[in-house]
Parts: sequence; structure tokens; C-alpha cells
Amino acid sequence: MSNRISERVADFLRQYPPFDELTDKDLQSLSLEVDILYREKGSVIFREGEETHPVFYVVHKGAVDLREATGGELIDICDEGDIFGLRPLMAGEAYKLEAKTREESLLYAIPISVFRPFVESYSEVGNFLLESFASNTRNPYTKGQEGKLVSAPRSEASQTGRGLRYNEVIPVSPGKRVVSCSRDTPARDIARLMTEKRVGSVLVLHEELPVGIITDKDLRNKVATGQFPITAPASEIMSSPVITYPPRLSLTQAQLAMMKNDISHLCLTEDGTSDTPVVGVLSKYDLVLAMGNNPEVLMRAIKRTRKTTRLKAIRARVMELLRSYLDANIPMSITMRLIAELNDACAKRVIELAVKKAGEPPVSFAWLAMGSQGRGEQLLQTDQDNALVFADVPEERLPETFGYFRELAERVNRNLKRIGYEYCPAEMMASNPDWCLSLSEWKHRVSQWIINPGKNEVLLSSIFFDYNRTFGSAELANKLSEHIFENVRKYPMFFYHLAAGALQNPSPTGFFRQFLVEQDGKHKDFFDLKLRALMPLTDAARVLILSHEIKSINNTAERFAKLAELEPNNRELFLSCGYATKALLKFRAKQGLLHGDSGRYIALDSLTKEEKIKLKRTFKTIKEVQELIAVRFKVSNLLV
Amino acid sequence: MSGLTNIGDRILEWLSPERRFAMKLPEDLEEVPFVVLDTETTGLNPIRDRILSIGALRLLGGRIRVNESVEYFLAQDHFDRLSVPIHGILKTGSSPRMDEKEGLKSILEYIGDSPVVGHHISFDRTMIQNACDRHGLGKFRNPLLDTGTLYRKSLIKSPLLRKKDQYSLDDLARKYDLSCKDRHTALGDAYITAMAFLHILEQLTSKGPLTTRQLLKLGKPGAGN
Repeated sequence: MSNRISERVADFLRQYPPFDELTDKDLQSLSLEVDILYREKGSVIFREGEETHPVFYVVHKGAVDLREATGGELIDICDEGDIFGLRPLMAGEAYKLEAKTREESLLYAIPISVFRPFVESYSEVGNFLLESFASNTRNPYTKGQEGKLVSAPRSEASQTGRGLRYNEVIPVSPGKRVVSCSRDTPARDIARLMTEKRVGSVLVLHEELPVGIITDKDLRNKVATGQFPITAPASEIMSSPVITYPPRLSLTQAQLAMMKNDISHLCLTEDGTSDTPVVGVLSKYDLVLAMGNNPEVLMRAIKRTRKTTRLKAIRARVMELLRSYLDANIPMSITMRLIAELNDACAKRVIELAVKKAGEPPVSFAWLAMGSQGRGEQLLQTDQDNALVFADVPEERLPETFGYFRELAERVNRNLKRIGYEYCPAEMMASNPDWCLSLSEWKHRVSQWIINPGKNEVLLSSIFFDYNRTFGSAELANKLSEHIFENVRKYPMFFYHLAAGALQNPSPTGFFRQFLVEQDGKHKDFFDLKLRALMPLTDAARVLILSHEIKSINNTAERFAKLAELEPNNRELFLSCGYATKALLKFRAKQGLLHGDSGRYIALDSLTKEEKIKLKRTFKTIKEVQELIAVRFKVSNLLV
Repeated sequence: MSGLTNIGDRILEWLSPERRFAMKLPEDLEEVPFVVLDTETTGLNPIRDRILSIGALRLLGGRIRVNESVEYFLAQDHFDRLSVPIHGILKTGSSPRMDEKEGLKSILEYIGDSPVVGHHISFDRTMIQNACDRHGLGKFRNPLLDTGTLYRKSLIKSPLLRKKDQYSLDDLARKYDLSCKDRHTALGDAYITAMAFLHILEQLTSKGPLTTRQLLKLGKPGAGN
């Protein structure tokens, strides 16, 4: 028995263990009994201590957070194809974790009564679930498969995206390959071996016991300097004896060992002496990995990714990194830069992969990030705002060329959505034909905005003019920028309108200096941080910096820093604007992480008195810079 | 007491059938049993063309029970060669066919008092109603929700967004990243419609709470902007 929906379910399940073990007939009959659940972001599927459900769950779309308890430590994030809520099947007692949707999700609820016979009749299925359940990882079999975030050691930490604590033992998987050679292997072969296996060290073994170690450093110091020929045997260039350690080392112990001996690789043997066989090698890089999220590691992971869907897990770790930076009070300018770089790299990778699929582009193009992403201020995942510009082609080739880029843009937009960037509700995305244009079409469109600056045109300009090239031809992006400046020089009235637009945001405080909150809608009584505090600063920075004809700086705080440099007499004001911007962004990011949203709306009663004072201080700065703009661009009497 | 109930009943009778249905529905959307439906027909002419298949599923509190979904294939004499490439149903297809009257009875029973959701549902309703009329089966008066209309209303009001007059099911599938497997089959389309409906509901409720009655008003086929 099956129907079209159960066939869909079966098609999906078939791709993932343990369902891939089932015969088609069994899978069909199982799929027919499934319930499909749609759950909004933040829906609780079950709570810790809750009576078990008669089903377990598979994530079809979206993602589910597993936590120790409400608000407790994040244990795991389940996404497409992952199984959770196995406890009733395996142990038959109340849930020990809380499961809550991280985003809008579609789940399959599989009745245990229907599934249990398969656990008994297919030993593979039983084993898989047992291992999955026991290790608390979603899918033990993906360990060691291609596309894994980090290669080694495959610690629990890298599985769950959580860093090891300092006293925890670094798990060294016994299967981890140890790259080794014999005492008479020539230096040249060793260098080749290291390059091929992409390792920084080789163990020299004699009768299975470690007698020496050769690292990059040895090759550099002893061979590249000419001290030994490239034919010299390992025994002559190796460091010996090898300093060995037992396999169960804590993170701190391992760091200490490296520091004490000034070495970058630890050789681990069965009993910790050089008289027993080697079980693994631990490098400094492995330690960094075990410590969890690190921008360098994440960047490498992004660049190595071959599948877009993998980026989603990496992005979750970027968010963890952001959280730790904010907690550690790392300067906002550094945090912003780093996160922006990582976000950018993700987007870039998505585009690279899409281009690979779509085939060689017919002409050069540039992918432009607009809005907050273009300004490098997107700390949390918000909506996509992007555009595409491609080189001019003869008119007869335009439809075909446009067709290629439109399709490419659709793929990129779709994949960005899949890794967590929602579609722009106003469809300001490259897949929209209005935002996927040739260079001369763009020039024409931008000129229209500058020459006839109505309310919409100013709004469009303020979103578009913060563009930043994510990918592709720098030349195209520069030509467009040059064109913009040429035009605004010819039509200086544009600044007047842009400035007027910058002054239109509603005021953050009322007459009695109280916060003004939203009057209705879902965010009634919340303070709109973006609209009332951040946007006035962003808008002010834009109009001021453009009037200085600077396009290379997009970041609001950096724009203010530059302005402080350009206008020494307003230095104080611009510096405090920059400070206010960073403070507000940090505020927003913290609120967003706290509530799992964009951080735009703030519940005032959740703020401490100190935080409120801090916020209000930024408002004073906003007011001052707005006054400056009103005077400079002579909009004071035009205020609407 | 009984007098009061009688008055209540009488008031209900004065109301239009749609209102009567709506009055009986729970206010909380989570508790409303929706039926999502799609028909495949021999063509787009409501008089001349015939229903080839009807697919439907129940949706309650964001949950679809897969084995409660149905797809009825109806036996038809009228047959339009041109539409075969779209829905792929041949008059003598492999699926078991039901007599039209039996099929209609089954689907009406399946729907019961539920509000019916569909993409451009007016067309499906007209096709079903015309078929019912031919067999003397009474009126199909359930409240209707059109995902085309609802989708339009879920979009933001912005001078920067140019809305289309009509959004096809393919547009919705693209927007919500839904697989178009089994597109142009009755149950396949009903499923895609159900998924789109859930996404639209999420979008609508994210702007503020929405009662059943408000939703019915918003999604009524042909309801303005």
C-alpha cells in the first residue's frame, strides 16, 4: 500500500540511514503510517522529563535544537535526515532532553509500534539506532565521510559544535591514520608523502616502534638549508628520541606537553613509552580543533565545502563563535570584521558552487551584497539583499545572457535560503529580473534614481548604494560606482533628498525622553532598535561619506572613522557616532542571540538600568548628527 | 433551556451557509480541521469538462496523517486528449476508477464540515458542484480558502515590491522551496498546496494573532487586497 504522499516520504527516508537498509516494500508500508508535522520556529517538540511520545522523529526540512533542559546547554542540532527522540524506542522512559525547532521545520513522526518490528528483523537498523542513541550523535556513520567539517581528531566536540572543556580528554580515534616511514626513507620521499597526505609530521618507525619524528621544521632547517641532501635518509634528519605520551591526554595536559618541550606534535603510544606501538599523533592544529570554534578553522571548512548544505552546520558554528566573542567582550570592530568575513566566505562559496553547476558564465559578472550585508554589519542571519551586474553584450545576445544569470541567481538565492538566509520580503534579490541587469542597464537605472529622486528612489538608493562585491569582477563593480559619482556630481540635488531621507526615521525618544515603543502589531510595546536607532546612523553615514565621494568604505562605523579624519572640526561627533553604531550593533546581536531572532525588537523591561542609560546616550549622538545633516544639506525646513 | 437552543438554531438558519459553517469552527486555528483539495480535470471549461481525479488530505494543527489522505480516480466518458500530457491520466489508466457519483459521495463525506483549502479553489469547487448537480447530490457550501489569494496577502506591502495579479502553484513552490514531484496529480498538488498553505499561515500569523474567522475572510476566493 502507498499513496503519492507516502511515496514522497519514502523517497526522502530512503536517502538516510537506517531507512536505507529497509526493503522497498517495508519502506512503503512504514511511510504510509508517518505523520508529517509542520512546526514554526521555536516550537517545542518535547520537553525534558515529558512523558514519551508513541513516535520518534526525523527532520525533513529545517533544524531542531536538542538541549539539556529549557535554556540549558545545546547538545546537538539535528537537520535534514537526522533522527531524534529515540528514547521511547530504546529506553521507554521520559525524555532527557528538550527538542525545540531552531527554524521553521517539517518533521516526520514515525510510530514506534510500526517501526519496532524492523529493529528486530534488520540487525543493521537496530545497530544503527543503538549506536546513534548511545553516542548521542545523530548519525554515527557520517564520521569519517567526505565533507566532514574537520578531519581529525573526530571528537565529540566537532560533532556537536561545542568546544572541549580544558579538563576533558581529547579523544584520539584509534582508526586515525598515522603517517610513518622507515629509517632509510630519503628526505625527498618524506616531503612528498607529507604533501600528499597533507600532514605536518611523519613518524619514523622501526619494528613498529617510534624511533624518531620528522616535522616541517626539520625539513626546513636541515634539508632546505643544504645541510643535508634531499637523498639523506630519515635517520639522519629525524628528531630523536621521540617524546611519547599516553593516549588519554586532557586538552591542558597536551598544551603543557607541547609548551614544555617546545614541540608541535605529540606522539601517543599504547602505554605512553616509546616501547609500545603508536596509536596516534596529536598536532597543535588538532588542539585548536578540539577547542571548538575558531575563525581560521571555520574559514578553512567553508572553503573546503563541496556541498552547500554542509555550510548550514558551519554557519551554526559561526553563530557560536559570535556568542563567545560577545561574551568575551572582544572589540566590536574586530568581531564585526571577522563575522562579516565568514559570512562573506559562505556566500562566496555558495556562488562558486552554483557557478560550477551552471557552467562557465558567458561574460564576466559581479555579485553584489546590499544593505547590512554590503556594509559588513550583518552579525546575525537576516534577510538576503543582493543584486547581480553582468558585462554588456550585443543586443541579440542579451536574452540568452540574461537567461544564464537569472538561472544562476535563482540557484544562489535558493541555496542561500537553504543555509539560513531568508528571502527578502520585497524580493530585492538577484533572481528578481529588476535586480539582475547588465552594466548599462544598471547605469541607466541608477541615473533614474539620482535624477528623479522620489521617495521610493531614495529608498532604493539607500539600499543599493551600500553594495559590496561578494564575488566576481571588481572592474564591473567599480565602473558602476564611478558612474554613480559622476551622476551625483551632476545632480547635487540628490544629496538633499538622500539627506532628507536620512532624517525621516522616527525618533527613538518622546518629549519626556521616554523610549517610544511600537503601537500595534506583533511587536507592540517593543522598541524597534533597527528603525529608531541604527538606521538614522547608517543613513547619516551614507549621505556624508558619499558627499565626500568615497565608495570603498561601506561599514557604518568605519565610515564615521573616516569622516572624523576628513573633518577634524567634527571629529568628536563622528567618533561618538562610530562608537554609538558599534554599541547598538552589539546590543542587537546580543539580544538576537538571546532570543534566536534578528534582535531588531527589544523588550524594554528585559533591560537593566545601565543598558537603558547606554542606549539613551546613543540617542543624543543620533540627534546631533541629524542636526548636522539638516544644516549641511539645508533640509531643516523640509522635515516631513 | 431548550427554548434558547431553538432560538440559536433558528438564528443559524438565517445565516448564510458560509457563516453557519464558520460559526461552528473553533476560534483557534490550531484546532481547525482543514481539508486541502485538488482536482485534475479534462480541461478548464466548467460545463463541458469533467473531473478525472480528486486528491485530498486533512490538516490539523500542522499535522498531516499520511494514510488518511485520499485520491479518487473517476471514470469519465468525456475525454480531452489535449490535457493528458499535463495530468498524465488516461481514460483507461492503471489506477482503479470509481463511478463518478460514488467518487463524489466519498469526497463529500471525507470533507464533512471542514473548511476546504486549495489553490484557485473556486475552480475545483465549481467542477465538484457541477458534477454534484448532475447527480442530484446537493450543495457544496463549505467555507473555502484560496492559497492564491492568501499568498498575495502574505506579501509585504511595499512600494518596492511589484505584485503579480495571479500566483501559480509553481510560483509558490519556488518561493517555499517545495519539491514539484507529482505536480499535476490531484494528491501531489494537494500536498504542495498544503505545504504552501502552512508557510503562508506562518507568514500571516507572524504579523500578529489571527483567528479562524479572520483567516476565512482573508482567504475567501476572489477577496480583494
